[in-house]
Amino acid sequence: MFPTPIERTSRSWQVTYQALLPLALILWLLPLIAVAIFSVKPDADFANANYWGWPSSFEGFTNYALVFTGSDMPQYLLNSFKITIPTVIGAVALSCMTGFALGIYKFRANIWIFFMFVAGNFVPFQILMVPVRDLTLQMGLYNTITGLVLFHIAFQTGFCTLFMRNFIRALPFELIEAARVEGIAEWKIFWYVVLPLMKPAIAALSVLIFTFIWNDYFWAVVLTQGVESQPVTAGITSFNAQYRAAYHLMSAGSIVAALPPVAMFFLMQRHFIAGLTLGAVK
Amino acid sequence: MAQASVTEARQSSWWHRNQQQLTPWLFLAPGILFFLFYVIFPIFQSFNLSLYEWDGLGQAEYVGLYNYEELYWDDAFYTSLKNNVIWLLLYLAAIPAGLFIALFLNQTVVGIRLYKSLFFFPFVISQVVVGLVFTWFYDPTFGILNVLLGAVGLPPMNVLGDENWVTVGIIVAGLWPQTAYCMILYLTGLNAVDPEQIEAGRLDGAKGWRMLWYIIVPQLRPATFIAFVVTIIGALRSFDLISVMTNGGPFGASRVLSFYMFEVALSEYGFRMGYGAAIAVVLFLIMLAFIAYFLWSMYKEEKAR
Repeated sequence: MFPTPIERTSRSWQVTYQALLPLALILWLLPLIAVAIFSVKPDADFANANYWGWPSSFEGFTNYALVFTGSDMPQYLLNSFKITIPTVIGAVALSCMTGFALGIYKFRANIWIFFMFVAGNFVPFQILMVPVRDLTLQMGLYNTITGLVLFHIAFQTGFCTLFMRNFIRALPFELIEAARVEGIAEWKIFWYVVLPLMKPAIAALSVLIFTFIWNDYFWAVVLTQGVESQPVTAGITSFNAQYRAAYHLMSAGSIVAALPPVAMFFLMQRHFIAGLTLGAVK
Repeated sequence: MAQASVTEARQSSWWHRNQQQLTPWLFLAPGILFFLFYVIFPIFQSFNLSLYEWDGLGQAEYVGLYNYEELYWDDAFYTSLKNNVIWLLLYLAAIPAGLFIALFLNQTVVGIRLYKSLFFFPFVISQVVVGLVFTWFYDPTFGILNVLLGAVGLPPMNVLGDENWVTVGIIVAGLWPQTAYCMILYLTGLNAVDPEQIEAGRLDGAKGWRMLWYIIVPQLRPATFIAFVVTIIGALRSFDLISVMTNGGPFGASRVLSFYMFEVALSEYGFRMGYGAAIAVVLFLIMLAFIAYFLWSMYKEEKAR
């Protein structure tokens, strides 16, 4: 176990460890492996009760093609992108500003405003549900992508501000003081000094928020209905109703729905983990 | 002309003198307004709404504390509350489980980075998908759980159809991504563990559990704190899995407050916004206890800087 590096252990334990790793991984990912196998099975396998066995033939292409041509999946996917991308941009932009203000300036209300954002970010969604839904209805934005995006931006600003403010706090403050001595305007300090230093934080937040929003289900159900505006998370459940017992199609659909955040995670892994673990190490 | 330049100079110097006081407010304004509008005010609106009987369309009728009185007599409310407690307790298992996997993976062998990211995988996937997959696992007619139970000679069970097991079954599904989350927190924390302290501990004869408990775990405090925060919030927010896996059933046995609230206010069971708001207020107050504790811990840390 941990404190002893593997190089310092006995030969037999080293071999055991190397063997345990893939075994543990397979066990851990069994649910996913199962869906992946489901998604390439022919329909007949389910009718013949061959649920957990090997596929009798490889039907991956047929199944995935059917998801894209025979269902509303493409529209749901498009909606998800239309919801997720503006939310990421909006929440990150707003929180760059709030984070800068709270991280750099000393004024009396600073910590209370900061705590307002932090506390708001922890609130249960249900306490917002009825008023936010009502608000969205009154603004004529119910069942629109815009309505969902506006709320997501506002809510995510809480978490993003916490993140950005802590990140900016850790920057060398001398840089800002030096700039002030030079007589540079405050907004220019933000734009030319702080913002370039925030690039890693912006990257980390962007992937994180992308995943959070992509995977959101609750607000999608509360603020939208139907194919025109719902994201894939909500789409997959109506897919479920449409194709009940068509496990191969459901699996293929689930994998398609899960893919964008997974791809994002693998492309930006370092940033993603840096974002999640901010504050976990001191 | 001269007049104009004088005012301009005065204006610019006024701005110049005050820009350090004003800039933060200009930067904060959009974020604060947005947040107040969509997050802070709605909280108060919900409190207010919980004093009304309202179907979401017609005229709201003021009923005082009647909704709360009704909650007091509502069996479904207690079932939800009880399940919330079960969620809170069992969900915490993600923390030691995450630590265990993190310790297991905290080695430098070929390909370990890929292993770490693949272990993290469940967290990246939507809970809707996780819920669907576990529903198939538990399926009484073809689920793999019963195949496995049969293999060791146990009778089959219908996890999601059994009032006593359904909540546990859903929590197990939820523990899967949550453990991955805690694991990644601990993996990062382990990177920062001081090797000298480990050596010192080793000289004092600490190993195995003693090493873990007295040397490693204390150094992982920041990671543990964050793991607690995200796990508790996650447990109280649980909604997606319940909605996808059982829709609160069988007979409401898997409801939690967050789900029951949704059911009351926005489903085929009714559009009782005021009653829903009252449930939300109760959930909010429970959460508030934790939020206050988290903020207090953060405040102490800020002061210590």
